[in-house]
Amino acid sequence: MLDVRHLRKVYSGHGRTVEAIGDLTFHVDAGEFVTVVGPSGCGKTTLLRCVAGLLPATSGEMSVDGRPVSGPPPGLAVVFQEYGRSLFPWLRVADNVALPLRQQKMSTVERRRRVHSALEAVGLRDSLEAFPWQLSGGMQQRVAIARAIAYEPRVLLMDEPFAAVDAQTRADLEDLVRTVWQQLRITMVFVTHDIDEAVYLGQRVVMLSRSPTHVVDELSVDLPDERDQLTTRSDPAFGALRAQVYAQIRAAKKVPAIDLGKATT
Amino acid sequence: MIRRLLYAFGLPVVLFAVWWFASAGSVDFYRPPLSAILRAFGETWIGPRLRAEVLPSLLRLGAGYALALVLGIGLGVLVGLSPRLRVAVEPVLEFLRAIPPPVLVPVLILFAGIGDLMKVLVVVSGCVWPILLNTVEGVRAIDPVLADTCKAYGIGGVDRLRHLVLRAASPQIVTGARQALSVGIILMVISEMFAASSGLGFTVVQFQRGFQIPEMWSGVLLLGLLGVLLSGLFRLVERRVLAWYHGQR
Repeated sequence: MLDVRHLRKVYSGHGRTVEAIGDLTFHVDAGEFVTVVGPSGCGKTTLLRCVAGLLPATSGEMSVDGRPVSGPPPGLAVVFQEYGRSLFPWLRVADNVALPLRQQKMSTVERRRRVHSALEAVGLRDSLEAFPWQLSGGMQQRVAIARAIAYEPRVLLMDEPFAAVDAQTRADLEDLVRTVWQQLRITMVFVTHDIDEAVYLGQRVVMLSRSPTHVVDELSVDLPDERDQLTTRSDPAFGALRAQVYAQIRAAKKVPAIDLGKATT
Repeated sequence: MIRRLLYAFGLPVVLFAVWWFASAGSVDFYRPPLSAILRAFGETWIGPRLRAEVLPSLLRLGAGYALALVLGIGLGVLVGLSPRLRVAVEPVLEFLRAIPPPVLVPVLILFAGIGDLMKVLVVVSGCVWPILLNTVEGVRAIDPVLADTCKAYGIGGVDRLRHLVLRAASPQIVTGARQALSVGIILMVISEMFAASSGLGFTVVQFQRGFQIPEMWSGVLLLGLLGVLLSGLFRLVERRVLAWYHGQR
């Protein structure tokens, strides 16, 4: 479904070059929920922007649905970290959700139906007429999620979407994302720096090293599909997984990054 | 509400009163009492002159201003969206902007004659710059996250122009349009002081040459009032267009 092979990204400009991503390879199956976790500043956002076709890779191949990524792939939606800046402040909530649909051929009735059901799904049925800046941060991010849902993507990329909301809102939004994924059965790639969040949400966790980034390890999360903030998080299995990821991330932070992929081949 | 009205009209009323009493017994030919000016105001402007002089002025201003808006926003969007084009045209724009538009009046007379076209072009030549340059800045300052959002969701073409580019730049465009409005009023009057047969600027000059001093002053007063009226109108439009912007802060 989503394939990243030997992705490398070097930023250059202002007299210096920064190798953000060294050599990154991973694969996401159709319908899978993969979380990507790594230390701060490890090029997670760069990775996501490359996959979304927003940023050209320096080298390497990426494909979504078998098609190589050369621009934003159709059927791919993104939820950005900066919810306040990714919604159109001059459009009301319903219009924000409807705007991407205007590019697709569909009747006004169908469009309205999709907008309403998406906003209903995120619990914002009563805020259709509000402007985004009249809502709280958590609600704004819900609008952004509704916009992605209404788009009916096959792949949904989320870039640290809950990094800027408070802990309780965050828990609610995490459950919302799980529900959305279970109902729509879409492919999810969720980038975060929060280890607990990565384990709680994903079926699989991809751990990244610090820059220049490569994949340190991947871990299957063998927790039951029904997850709950209280019981899942107090499950000993959750603790064990969390500790495993934590150890890897800490190791990746300490040791200067060695390109393991190249060393073995 | 009453308080706001008091603040809004307090100073003008005081200034008027000062003018009224200070000029009350004036016998100076060039500085007639305000009472005489007001009397002349009624006689001069309420009646056929409104159609013969004020209306043509306003129509020319309106046409020039509208043309400047279309040109300024259109070119501004093009230049703002293309960094390469901006580098190429910026020095030329700075040069053209630095030319005081009144100096173009004799030049434009050569090319466009002394009719309405010349006067409209004078207004355009002054109004277009603040609109154009502000639009360029506004378009350049589009939030990259919003631009990415459009890209990721395949929002392009007219939708992108309408819902992203123009709206994101609208606070800056409005700033430019506000500056252009006052420039436009000035140029409207100036263009009518050269080779004209109608209009406010023409009439004021005629009164001055004919030593109709209270009438001349009343023309100045009318121009001031028009300025206030137009800026009030502008504010009404702005409040509608930028409701989201003012609501945010």
